Amino acid sequence: MPDKQVVELGYGGNERLMMNMGPQHPSSHGVFRMILTLEGETVVGVDAVIGYLHRCHEKLGETLTYVQYPSIASKTDYVAAMTSELAYVSAVEKIAKFEVPRRAQYLRVIVAELQRIASHCLWLGTWCLDMGGALGGGATVFLYCIREREMVLDRFEELTGARLLYGFHQIGGTRYDLPPGWDKKVRETVDFIEARLDEYEAMLEENTFFRVRTRGVGVISRELAQAVGVSGPLIRGSGVGYDVRRAEPYSSYGDFNFEVPVETAGDCYARYRVRMVEFRQSIRIVRQALDGLPQGPISSRPGVKSVGQVRVPKGEGYARVEGARGEVGCYIVSDGGPKAYRMKWRGASFSNLAVLPHIVPGHKVADVVAIMGSVDPVFGEVDR
Amino acid sequence: MTLPPALGHAITAFIVLNALLVLVAYVTLLERKFAARMQSRIGPYYVGRPHGWLQPVADALKLMMKEDIIPAASDRWVYNLAPLVFLVPCLLIFATIPFAPELGVADLNIGVLFFLAVSSLEIVGLFMGGWGSNNKYALLSAMRAVNQIISYDLPFIFAALVPVLLAGSMQMSAIVTAQHGLWFVAYPVIGQLAFVAFLVATLAAENRVPFDILEAESELVAGFRVEYSGMKFALIQLGEYAHMLGTSFLGALLFLGGWLGPGPVWLGPFWFLLKAVLVFLVVTWVRWSFVRIRVDQILAISWKLLLPATLILLMATGFVVALRGPGGA
Repeated sequence: MPDKQVVELGYGGNERLMMNMGPQHPSSHGVFRMILTLEGETVVGVDAVIGYLHRCHEKLGETLTYVQYPSIASKTDYVAAMTSELAYVSAVEKIAKFEVPRRAQYLRVIVAELQRIASHCLWLGTWCLDMGGALGGGATVFLYCIREREMVLDRFEELTGARLLYGFHQIGGTRYDLPPGWDKKVRETVDFIEARLDEYEAMLEENTFFRVRTRGVGVISRELAQAVGVSGPLIRGSGVGYDVRRAEPYSSYGDFNFEVPVETAGDCYARYRVRMVEFRQSIRIVRQALDGLPQGPISSRPGVKSVGQVRVPKGEGYARVEGARGEVGCYIVSDGGPKAYRMKWRGASFSNLAVLPHIVPGHKVADVVAIMGSVDPVFGEVDR
Repeated sequence: MTLPPALGHAITAFIVLNALLVLVAYVTLLERKFAARMQSRIGPYYVGRPHGWLQPVADALKLMMKEDIIPAASDRWVYNLAPLVFLVPCLLIFATIPFAPELGVADLNIGVLFFLAVSSLEIVGLFMGGWGSNNKYALLSAMRAVNQIISYDLPFIFAALVPVLLAGSMQMSAIVTAQHGLWFVAYPVIGQLAFVAFLVATLAAENRVPFDILEAESELVAGFRVEYSGMKFALIQLGEYAHMLGTSFLGALLFLGGWLGPGPVWLGPFWFLLKAVLVFLVVTWVRWSFVRIRVDQILAISWKLLLPATLILLMATGFVVALRGPGGA
């Protein structure tokens, strides 16, 4: 019989226990490792380790041409692929000063908002899954949300032929125009989802257990939110009405009426409320864009014939868009060739995740997953 | 030729045990179908048409054929023994449940007490599993388990004692007989409150969502059974469902009049089973619609709300019984 292995359980002084959460963990939302220091059930320290999903995205951006990269850009934030594509093509268009036809701008808005709906569906489902367990009410919410997300993905499939990574955008416009009858189906989809949102709210907000799990948990103060540089629903949940769509309208967002929801509490519940309102605002924008969709070309550039076709003059540009998780930015330096000389992503999840070590300590183990879920990180975008 | 009584008991116990195992297997199927319907899915379907009636058999076969992994760093004795220590009390609770008049293993005169005492023994196996696995998730889960079981056993017992007081007996068959006029769940005010308290405590005692902090797969992966695989895992799972079913039977017996129901006497066991399944489905319904709550909140609910409430309820029942005398009607 082999010698019995002695495993150090990691008790430090003061009865502390080091516990690994991730990279393989049911609620790590991808591959994220948190090394928690516990005193009983209470977390006293958290050490976040990222990088398990690093795929050299920025280097890829320097080796692939402007024609090739948009479909790779969708792989950064694969849950909301449309927005990262949009950030990339906007940055290129900014340097090259390419015009984007109005129809293409509207199409971009429609897919971006549908993508926000799909992404928030997944967020709500997985967050409830974290709190309610795969063998409990969380799974029920998850499956409902997936059902709605599927509808949006079906629309994207009809539009682009893909369900997750679309390659819908291209420099100067969009690659695909709407198939016949698509707008009617989209209207039906958003009507359906809008009706379901009330059900979710009834199921969750009138549930005491959901409220006690989310209210006052993971509070991000306004100062902390601004100091760390979180964006998206996180900063809006902390009382800052910052939204790139409003602060610096891009791609015809100035044409639409919509509200930027702001909650002041800064806890998980506030972030939940912000996203629930965003669902409805996105639906509103989709309807307006479909109503006012102009006729005309969908791209200002000739059709793609070769990979090196788009050349961009020397210069640099930064474009930012409001993704489902916050501000997604893309910075490109061009040396005049068909490829970017340097490129850098600003991932919304990356900046949002930085707030975890500030808010997690002091909470119970169960709250860690609730906070993680409310931050809604996508690790493709964090590690890139 | 008459059988010696010991042999007769052994045969009855054998029959009950085997019937029970089949029942437990099909209760899992029922729960999966029920949950699937709640979640707009279909659930098990292909293994045994129609509606996957062979699924439990397939599950059991699969688990039996799985490799049994014993972690190198585990405390072998404790680790290997834990599933059995967990399972035995869970099956033993059925010993005192009469499924119809004169149909049961042993209708003890302290039946309810036996049930309550044995059913809380499962915590020993649970803690052994958590400790012996030498895994931090399992350890944390075992600590939670002890916290939770201690907190919820008292309200559970107090709630179960209300019908005992009303019936004036701890013998299960006597409790059912006392409900001839009126099921205890229909007993004004006291009955309903006690039933609700019983259900809540049942959820906690069975480690179901929203009180499933020991399993808590999104935090502790699978809690105390994270290191178990194959047949040992199956035993734990079996024990859990047997416990759940046993508690459902107890609920049906204490509050819903056991085997009482319209029709001839031989329909009794079916009524009893139907009521137990109903209790089980209510618990399942709660399970699949709530999110889990935190360990401190669970303890707060028990010590600050449920325990005082059930105590007061028990006292009130005492007064009522002193004034009106025991029995339904």
